[in-house]
Amino acid sequence: MRFKVLGMVAALALAVSACESTSGSGAGASGSGQSITPLPAAAPLALKDQFVVDVGDRVFFAFDRFDVEQDQKKVLDVQAAWLKKYSSVTVTIEGHADERGTREYNLALGERRANAVKEYLIYLGIDAKRIKTVSYGEERPVALGSDETAWSQNRRGVTVVTGPGS
Amino acid sequence: MTIRPMIAFKKSTGLLVAPLVALLAFAAALGDAGPARAEITIDITRGNVEPLPIAVTDFVGKSGAAARAGRDIAGVIAANLERSGLFKPIDRKAFIQSSGALNALPRFGDWRVINAQALVQGRTEVVSDGRLRVEFRLWDVFSEQQMIGLAYFTVPDNWRRVAHIISDAIYKRVTGEEGYFDTRIVYVAEQPKSAKGVGRNRLNPFGKRLAIMDQDGENHRFLTDGTTLVLTPRFSPTLQEITYMSYFRNNPRVYIFNIDTGRQEVLGDFPGMTFAPRFSPDGKKIIMSMAKDGNSEIYVMDLRTRVVRQLTFHSAIDTSPSFSPDADHIVFNSDRGGSQQLYVMDDRGKNVRRISFGNGRYATPVWSPRGDLIAFTKLSGGRFFIGVMKPDGSGERLLAEDFKIEGPTWAPNGRVLIFYRKGQTNRDGSGGQSKLWSIDLTGHNEREIPTPMDASDPAWSPLIP
Repeated sequence: MRFKVLGMVAALALAVSACESTSGSGAGASGSGQSITPLPAAAPLALKDQFVVDVGDRVFFAFDRFDVEQDQKKVLDVQAAWLKKYSSVTVTIEGHADERGTREYNLALGERRANAVKEYLIYLGIDAKRIKTVSYGEERPVALGSDETAWSQNRRGVTVVTGPGS
Repeated sequence: MTIRPMIAFKKSTGLLVAPLVALLAFAAALGDAGPARAEITIDITRGNVEPLPIAVTDFVGKSGAAARAGRDIAGVIAANLERSGLFKPIDRKAFIQSSGALNALPRFGDWRVINAQALVQGRTEVVSDGRLRVEFRLWDVFSEQQMIGLAYFTVPDNWRRVAHIISDAIYKRVTGEEGYFDTRIVYVAEQPKSAKGVGRNRLNPFGKRLAIMDQDGENHRFLTDGTTLVLTPRFSPTLQEITYMSYFRNNPRVYIFNIDTGRQEVLGDFPGMTFAPRFSPDGKKIIMSMAKDGNSEIYVMDLRTRVVRQLTFHSAIDTSPSFSPDADHIVFNSDRGGSQQLYVMDDRGKNVRRISFGNGRYATPVWSPRGDLIAFTKLSGGRFFIGVMKPDGSGERLLAEDFKIEGPTWAPNGRVLIFYRKGQTNRDGSGGQSKLWSIDLTGHNEREIPTPMDASDPAWSPLIP
C-alpha cells in the first residue's frame, strides 16, 4: 500500500508541476532506506480525487457563451463549500471550447469561461489568491466526436486541485 | 540548425556573367534585339483559366552529376508550374526533339506539332570551383522568340532552390505577377488522438509541434519536439524568425523562434495569456492579444525597445489582429457587436469600424500582401468557409466551404491562399484528419499540400531573399 501511494504521488507530481511539499502525513519516503527525494504530501491526492468524485469538478457552457447557467451554479456552490472546508487547497480553473469555432477566438472564449467560474467562486467567498485560470481553447477536448453530444461536454470549465497552500 | 543555403547564391541577370552574355548575343543574333515581347500571357485574375501547354525539357548536362541535376531541376519546375493550375506541362514522352539536341536553337516545328505553346530548355554544368551553373531559356513556340534567359551559380546541393527561382521567373514572365515557388511554409504538425504516436502527453494530446518545409512539401523538418503544445506560427517578413504561441510550463505565451539558431524566446513579461501574434510588415513589431481577467485586448510590442502599447479597450473579445501592408491599419476579430465580426482600426487603435456584415460569424482576418483584400474564416449554418473581401468590407467572395476549414495564409504575391481542413471526428477518435490545402484567389485549383503527418495553422513565408 505504501508503495502504491508513493507511486500515485509521483504521478501527481509529474502531472502537476506546481505541487509543493507539505508536512502532511505520508509525505516522503521516510524509513524506506532508499534514496528517494521527498515527495508532495499524499493528502492533496486524496483531496484531488475526492474533489472530482464527490464534489464535481466541471461546469458546462452553451455554444459561444461564457455565463454560468443556473443549474451549473449548483456545482460551483458545492465546490465553494468544499473549498471553504479545505481552506489550504489551491485550484486552477481550465477554460475549454468545442471545435465549432476558430482557434484564436476559442482561446479567448476559454479564458472567459475560466474567469466566469473564478468570479463566481470569488462571489461565494473563495479568496481570489487561491484560484488560477488557464485557457486551452479547443486544444484539449475531453469527448471525441463531431456531434453536439461531444461538443456539449467539451465546452467546459474544469476546477483542478493543484495543491495545498503553503 | 540552419536550413538556409550556406553559400551565397548568385543570380545573374545576363549582363553580369561573360558566358551568359555570349549566349544572349547568340540569341540576339537570331534576329531579335533583347528580350522579345511575349505573345503568350496568362491573365491570372480570371477564373478557371485554360492552363498553358508548356514543354519543360530536361536541362542538359555533360557530366553525370550535371545531367542528374538537370533532370531533377526540370522535374521540380514542371511540378511547380503544374500545381499553379496556370500551366499544363506536356508529357515528355510526347517530345519529338530530344533534350540533347536542344544545345542549338529549338526546332519550333517539332514543339508546335505537340501543341506546346511555351518551351523551357536549360543547361547545367559543374564549373571548376565545384559550383553548379544552371541556365535556362523560355521560348514562345509560335513566335519563335525567347521570352527570358537567365543563368545562376550555386552549390550543387542547392539545385532545388534554383528550380524554384527559375519557376518564379517563368511564372512572372508569363503572368506579369511575382511568383511564389521560392518560399516555405511553417505549420503545426499533429496526430489524430487515435493514432499511436510519440511525443504526446496530457497537455499536448495531439502531439502538436512546429514544422517547416518548402512550399512543395520538400525539405520537411520539425522545429519543436512535441512535448509542449504550440499553436499559430507566423513568419517574420525578414524570414529568420517565427512568432507563435507555446504552452511551455503550462504558461500560454507568445514566443519567437529563430530558425537559424533554434533559439526560442518568450516575448515580453505579460500578466496573462498572450496569443494570436503576427509580425508588422517591417518585422519590427509584433501585434497580438493578451487575456487578463477573462478579457482579451490587442497590444503591439516594439521588438527593439520592448515598449508595449494597448490598442483596444473593450470588454468584448478582441483578437486575431493583422496589419495592412502599409502598416497604417489593423484588421481584427471582435464580438463587441454581439457576435464575431471583422473590424478595422488605425495603427493607434482609433477609428474602429466594422467591415463584415454578411450572415454568420467572421474570424481570422489576414490582410493580403498586396493590400487589396482581406482573407477570413466565416462560420455560417454550421459550416466553415474561407473567403476574401475588400478592406472596406465590400466584394465578399467565398472560395471554399467544409465542415471545418480555417486559418487562411497568403502567398507573397497575394494570388493563392493556404488554409487547413479538418474532417469530422468519430466517437472512437478515428477520423478528424487535418491537412493543408491551397486554393487560388479565383476559387479554382484547390489542392492538398502533402505533409508527413496531420497539419494545421499554416503560414506562408515571403519570397526567400
